[in-house]
Amino acid sequence: MFLINCPYCGERDQSEFSAGGEAHILRPKQPTELSDDQWAEYLFMRKNIKGVQFERWNHAHGCRKWFNMIRDTSNDKIHAVYKMGEKPPLK
Amino acid sequence: MSKNLRITNSKFIDQTSRISFKFDGKTLYGFKGDTLASALLANDIHLVGRSFKYHRPRGIMACGPEEPNAIVQVGNDASMTEPNTRATEIELYEGLEASSQNCWPSVNFDIGAVNNFFSPLIPAAFYYKTFMWPANFWKLYEYFIRRSAGLGKSPTEPDKDIYDHKYLHCDVLVVGGGISGIIAAKTAAKNNSNTVLIDDKNILGGTTLFQENECFKINNSYSNEWLKKEIKSLKSLKSLTIKTRTSLAAYHSYNYLLARENLTDHLDINEKKDKIRQRLWKIRAKKVIIATGSMERPLIFNNNDRPGIMLSSSIKKYIDYYGVKCGQKVSLFTNNDSAYETAISLNNSGVNINSVIDIRDKTNSSIVKQAEKLGIKIHWKSTIVNTNGYKKINSIEIMQLSDDGTAVVGKKIKEECDCLGISGGWTPRVHLFTQSGGKLNFRDEDNVFLPGKSELDQISIGSCNGDFELDEIIKNTANTINKFLKVNNNDYENLKIISSKEIDKKNIWLLPSDKPLGKTKPFLDFQNDSTANDVKLALREGFKSIEHVKRYTTTGMATDQGKLSNMHALGIIAETAGVKMGELGTTTFRPPYTPLTFGAIVGRNVGEFFDITRKTPMHDWHIENKAEFENVGQWKRAWYYPIENENMHEAVQRESKAARDSAGILDASTLGKIDIQGSDASEFLNRVYTNAWSKLEIGKCRYGLMLNEDGMVYDDGVTTRLSENHYLMTTTTGGAANVLSKLEDYLQTEWPELDVYLTSVTDHYGTVSICGPNSKKILSKVIPDLDLSDKEFPHMSFKNALIDNIRCRIMRISFTGEHSYEINIQSSYAKSVWEKCFEAGKEFKITPYGTETMHLLRAEKGFIIAGQDTDGTMTPVDLQMDWIISKKKYDFIGKRSLYRSDTIREDRKQLVGLLTDDPKEILEEGAQIVAETNKQPIEMLGHVTSSYFSPNLNKSIALAVVKNGKKLKGQKLFVPMKNKTINVTITDTVFLDKENKRLNA
Ligand SMILES: [Zn+2]
Repeated sequence: MFLINCPYCGERDQSEFSAGGEAHILRPKQPTELSDDQWAEYLFMRKNIKGVQFERWNHAHGCRKWFNMIRDTSNDKIHAVYKMGEKPPLK
Repeated sequence: MSKNLRITNSKFIDQTSRISFKFDGKTLYGFKGDTLASALLANDIHLVGRSFKYHRPRGIMACGPEEPNAIVQVGNDASMTEPNTRATEIELYEGLEASSQNCWPSVNFDIGAVNNFFSPLIPAAFYYKTFMWPANFWKLYEYFIRRSAGLGKSPTEPDKDIYDHKYLHCDVLVVGGGISGIIAAKTAAKNNSNTVLIDDKNILGGTTLFQENECFKINNSYSNEWLKKEIKSLKSLKSLTIKTRTSLAAYHSYNYLLARENLTDHLDINEKKDKIRQRLWKIRAKKVIIATGSMERPLIFNNNDRPGIMLSSSIKKYIDYYGVKCGQKVSLFTNNDSAYETAISLNNSGVNINSVIDIRDKTNSSIVKQAEKLGIKIHWKSTIVNTNGYKKINSIEIMQLSDDGTAVVGKKIKEECDCLGISGGWTPRVHLFTQSGGKLNFRDEDNVFLPGKSELDQISIGSCNGDFELDEIIKNTANTINKFLKVNNNDYENLKIISSKEIDKKNIWLLPSDKPLGKTKPFLDFQNDSTANDVKLALREGFKSIEHVKRYTTTGMATDQGKLSNMHALGIIAETAGVKMGELGTTTFRPPYTPLTFGAIVGRNVGEFFDITRKTPMHDWHIENKAEFENVGQWKRAWYYPIENENMHEAVQRESKAARDSAGILDASTLGKIDIQGSDASEFLNRVYTNAWSKLEIGKCRYGLMLNEDGMVYDDGVTTRLSENHYLMTTTTGGAANVLSKLEDYLQTEWPELDVYLTSVTDHYGTVSICGPNSKKILSKVIPDLDLSDKEFPHMSFKNALIDNIRCRIMRISFTGEHSYEINIQSSYAKSVWEKCFEAGKEFKITPYGTETMHLLRAEKGFIIAGQDTDGTMTPVDLQMDWIISKKKYDFIGKRSLYRSDTIREDRKQLVGLLTDDPKEILEEGAQIVAETNKQPIEMLGHVTSSYFSPNLNKSIALAVVKNGKKLKGQKLFVPMKNKTINVTITDTVFLDKENKRLNA
């Protein structure tokens, strides 16, 4: 059970949060100009890395804010949390 | 009949307070402080169960949570009985009733024991191999396997006990109150850290508490005397909380731990009443110190499972702590020094020691010397090749080991005994460490897995960290804790510690016998009844991974998770396969460490507290008017209102007819309501709905369809433009929370530039919906000054109004196809408005209707219910709702997906209407639709999604999704049912009032 440091509320129990999949996938600005394959790439393809992964999380039972998290999926270590729109503090 | 094996001078047992209890129906006596196991042993009862596979008699083997055999059923009340409890952990109380598990009809006469004589026929994976084919025989096999498996009985009635959950936050959590845990807790608390010390026993001190031996002294006192003073000194520490009878169940990441505290299990039956039985602590600790100690290993030799064969350290605890002699002629079998401590304790209590059989060549540590001085006979370099006695051990057969330890030599000596203590060395309890994700290292010297790398702020100390000698434990613990807590406590620096040192070590995982391997029964996993031979067979059959061998032989898969068996299983696998144990890895220990009751897991969240129940403001009215309710998510919705003895069908037919003939009233409060404000609100709606919103006039309502990005219909509802930058969106009842989350997600992450704010107002407004040709007249009675003319207040528009000076919003929208109004008013007034409408409607026989009638009425009009007629694979085009997709809008959620190669296929399943040839025949929702009846296998073209008997049309109607359905209008198809085939015809989805005349009636 993680202890997640919400960028708006501070450390809270994982049960207050919900995970939202891979981060930094931008919705295409002009979807109509994409081929089926390009659209499918955006729509369906996710990495699911064993190791350091960039993820979206939502403080669903708290401030309801979405934010990003850098987490190592092999040991659940959270390296950083940062607000939407901010650059990842780690590479 | 039973002997009393109690010695008189036990300090931990109150021999003045006698307790009566029942075991297998027989009344017995013990004392306060006993466990069920110690009380049974004092009554000379060893035999407590039968083994899982062969139904061999099995006795108490240990004194703690690792006990594999003494698994009992406690209580015989239908609501309180509890299976799979360990007799070694049950504190004796007045009125305790327990019985053996896994024996039928009784522990002394057991039908399954016939398996024992056939045991050469029951090799590893016997059940898998034998009961596999033919598959349809499984029903028969299962009956017999379950009957004889003996996994205990479940209670048949709800648990009456109270359970509780509580959170706990601390700086330092110390798990285990033995000598090292006490040193750690004291150091932490002295440093003013908020410290919690938990122990699963009822008293702190671990095994040192009863260690009174010349070979183990601290500052000239016996180690137990010294420790007692330390325990006493804990009382003055203000920042220390001690919780006994509290067992750590799980250690999760980020130092989140679960511990179960037993509050009443040890109390007399009549004292337990109305008290909380168990509490589950949810602990978040900044630092965790694991001091869970170690457990003794058995030795693996032929017939090592008879009642009376026990772990040597357990025999020591029974005599030193409980004052119980496990036997009167005891033999001990060991590969290390610990059995000599037992020998000395027994000797000091006047129990005869036949001999100690030691596989080592000879050793002269101080404890061995002391035993020799007491005249205890030792068979060096020897092993036990066989044991005898059916329900209780009565003799052992001893032979000399060959120099390499793989065979036996010389003459066989037979020795009579009534109890055999075995010691195969010690296994650190690393279970919690591995649960937390820590990696183990292997120490070759004494074959132990020790805590290695961990990502968490935690540390293991004492014997669970591989320190087994008294001086090492104290010195290493003190140093490690100082470093871990960054403190400088020197309380333990200058202690004078005497501790016997183990000099010689020798280990043989599977001890040889004079008989060939196939003819012996060296048990590995006592609870699951697998032998060393099973493991070897699995290896011969090609299994290599420890995880596979474990599952194939079921070694380590019983309720004890192989606490006693795992090390030997690994050892034998490593040896047979010729690999190093450290490279083999271990199996994974899963929480809970010992089984948890369901009660402790669910706590107070039972019955009506299991989930939140949401009730509308009019809920009490529905109850008074005898509504039947249906659960829609967490909501209780009025389903139908039966009059007298009406069944659901009759009530729904009456309600549906009344709503169209005159007037109906529906509680629509559960519909999701989202208040949308901001200068970009219109643009936002343009992006989330498929149709266009910019041009919607203020005061008008519009139906919208929301898609997922994959183009599939997600939710629908009517949204009203309240003012320039203010909308009220409605969603389906079940979709409300998800729609809000989804919209928030887009706003926060994709379109942060939009000036839009979303607020859920579902619970803030109650909604009264009145429909039918007389709805206008009724509303005009309730709000006389509101102009309800079609010109002023047309369909799909809204008005602000006052009812008794309370502001409300009236939407003229319709989900039934009738002339209809929805009144939204602050929740606290909703019931009174409902009653007002009902009163006003009486002269028109206004009829309350529930969700079932609502579903029927909308089906007559072909309106979809998202989630019933759609299932996440339907596009708006599939629903024949092309009209709602804006051609002008550049983009909206899901737009691009509407022309992917898959979504433009013409033969997708599409929504159609279905009429049965026989108008009385009502289709079953979910029934499959086919084009032919005499072919097998036949292609399923689709299925029925909604089906009703329409009283207004006097025929059965249905909606369905059918492959290529759009082009099949008029086509005859079939719905094959179990006993008949129903003929149907594909039709339009709108069955009633295709011209929408009734909306303005
Ligand atoms: Zn937050």
